[in-house]
Amino acid sequence: MDMINLTINGIPVSVPKGYTILQAAKAAKIEIPTLCYLKEINCIGSCRVCMVEVKGRRGLTAACVIPAEDGMEVLTNTPKVRASRKTTIELLLSTHHKKCLSCIRNNHCELQKLAMEYNVDEDRFPSEEPVYEIDDQSPYIVRDNNKCVNCMRCVSVCKNVQSVSVIGPIRRGYKVHVGSPFDRSLNDSPCVGCGQCIVSCPVGALYEKSNVDEVWEALADPDKYVVFYTAPSIRATLGESFDMPIGTNVEGKMVSAIRRLGVDKIFNMDFTADLTILEEANELVQRITNHETLPMFTSCCPGWVKFAEHYYPEMLPHLSSCKSPQAMFGAILKSYYAEKYNIDPEKMFVVSVIPCTGKKFEVTRQELRSKEFDDVDVALTTRELARMIKSTGIDFADLEDEDYDAPFNKATGGGAIFGATGGVLEAALRTAARMLDGDFKAVEFKEVRGPEQIREAKYEVAGVEVKVAVTSGLGNARKLIEKIKSGEADYQMVEVMACPGGCINGGGQPIRSDKVSNYVDYKALRSKALYNYDENCALRSSDESPVVKMIYEDYFEKPGTHKAHELLHTTYLPRGNH
Amino acid sequence: MSEKTLFAFKSTSAQDEKLKEVIAKYKDVPGALLPVLQEAQGIFGYLPIEVQQSVADGLGISLSEVYGVATFYSQFSLTPKGEHRISVCLGTACYVKGADKILAELEKKLGITSGECTPDGMFSIDSCRCVGACGLAPVMMIDDEVYGKLTPDQVGKIIDSYIEKGGKSV
Repeated sequence: MDMINLTINGIPVSVPKGYTILQAAKAAKIEIPTLCYLKEINCIGSCRVCMVEVKGRRGLTAACVIPAEDGMEVLTNTPKVRASRKTTIELLLSTHHKKCLSCIRNNHCELQKLAMEYNVDEDRFPSEEPVYEIDDQSPYIVRDNNKCVNCMRCVSVCKNVQSVSVIGPIRRGYKVHVGSPFDRSLNDSPCVGCGQCIVSCPVGALYEKSNVDEVWEALADPDKYVVFYTAPSIRATLGESFDMPIGTNVEGKMVSAIRRLGVDKIFNMDFTADLTILEEANELVQRITNHETLPMFTSCCPGWVKFAEHYYPEMLPHLSSCKSPQAMFGAILKSYYAEKYNIDPEKMFVVSVIPCTGKKFEVTRQELRSKEFDDVDVALTTRELARMIKSTGIDFADLEDEDYDAPFNKATGGGAIFGATGGVLEAALRTAARMLDGDFKAVEFKEVRGPEQIREAKYEVAGVEVKVAVTSGLGNARKLIEKIKSGEADYQMVEVMACPGGCINGGGQPIRSDKVSNYVDYKALRSKALYNYDENCALRSSDESPVVKMIYEDYFEKPGTHKAHELLHTTYLPRGNH
Repeated sequence: MSEKTLFAFKSTSAQDEKLKEVIAKYKDVPGALLPVLQEAQGIFGYLPIEVQQSVADGLGISLSEVYGVATFYSQFSLTPKGEHRISVCLGTACYVKGADKILAELEKKLGITSGECTPDGMFSIDSCRCVGACGLAPVMMIDDEVYGKLTPDQVGKIIDSYIEKGGKSV
């Protein structure tokens, strides 16, 4: 690799050619503040916060976009640089709705942090604040442009990473703002609800549509029977909201905290992840043996399902008919569980804790209903759960570990890895292999794990060759689908997760500031927590789950029965791409 | 969200055909959006949502990208232009001579603001910067006709003369 030598604030540093000044400074352990820059997502040099002096150059230079050069002398902290940054931040604040105390990002805001570091005068440039209508019409994402700093991080992730592109800059100059075409609500656009815009936003301009108040209300209502269940990835991320290291498994403390919110039951959603695998593996085996539509795509990710409905309606027959684990759990609670424990399902209030904003849309899908009411009342993001726990004053770090409630307490490692890209497919392979060949022993399919955008693998099970592919991020999904449509690739099964890295990086997960996401591979750390968890599970193949066995014996008989189809499977509808 | 006033859009098959040709000509040309929008505005007189959608589909880009460009350049109009296009000069000389009052009077008379078109499609108002007739300030143009040394009280009569000719009322 070609290396170049330069100095940053007089400190010599040697970096590979092609590094930006920002990267070179980081290598010299010198921080340059940024705002619009987000690694692998947005690199447009527009906010002017990362300005530095380069000896011999006129004016200041944007460190995030300008490549470092051999012999360059960079100064990152001169009075001129500091004054420029301060003015830039003050100008950003001049039109910013400075309601910090009641802002969802208070204390976690990148603009607030910069303002603090640069000791700004927030009123230096008094100006008429533009008043934008808050768009809260979708069930998942709220946009408050009065807080927006026009960094374009959301626009870039939506267009370049997700290939969805339902938002963009509108008009120009003082009137520029981010929105959907013709200033319509996001709800009227082909948005898939993944929420990657939210986790990319440096300020409080984007956040999930909160359902916390409804949950508090149900908890306070003595007539309501409140049931919570947590998705596989929550155990690997919730700790971050309580300042614990990234990748800490906090399952025990999480259960204990949720119990202290006053719920009637707290269950483990890994159970329905296992159940999904049984139904999905059965469907795969059926499709292969009956020569039906292949490849079969996974259907547990609501962002991916909505993406297919909007942009690839012709692929809908390829989607597994299985409901997502969230939806299966709701259906089981309000039927099997209600019957078995003699609870009026209309008095049940079912709350799923999910890593995802798309699930907030999923719970409103009429086609998921098995009765005349919604199976899941509220889908709460990891962030909303953290806010609820904080507002009760619970000292999270100090909690003793507790176990989930019976009967939905036990699950397998196969269910747990649903939270990382490749996990659903690996879990399905574990079970499908055992369905086809009772003596099949391998449980790890490491080829489908990892950070590569598209991962392919081939396995031989009971004389059958199974070709699979895994991808995450909808831009990658688009590439993979085009490959399949053109006949360049053919598989039996494909896993797609809308968010890059899978649920551990979902739109509802704790938001990492640019300081972390630009330099730490938090996705790998979060996934590792799940794979470690899997490795330590006594049972790793979903078909071994005692709870899954129980529910088939008690209720569904076996995968794919009429009753299973009624409660555990669903349909999809084309939605149009504008 | 406040919905923009949308005019019912009608196009002729000749116009649709022309747009298709333009898109075919520029398809796969990098940076084609701007010339396509310019030609589309030439065909339809403005860029309604339906046209922007066709451009987006035709070029394989998102509507939000098309809309972003269409709203960035003041040359593009999202509202139709009237049968008679009124242009009020707001250049320095005209402004000093009270062009803002001429514009206000026009807006009052026609019930629309600058950049808009009357619901019957007869008049649209725009402002412009200097038509090169500063000696006649304040100036407005209706189609190719120049009206100079205007006072606000003349505006109503001029508009009425077009209504009489056109036989339509505002």
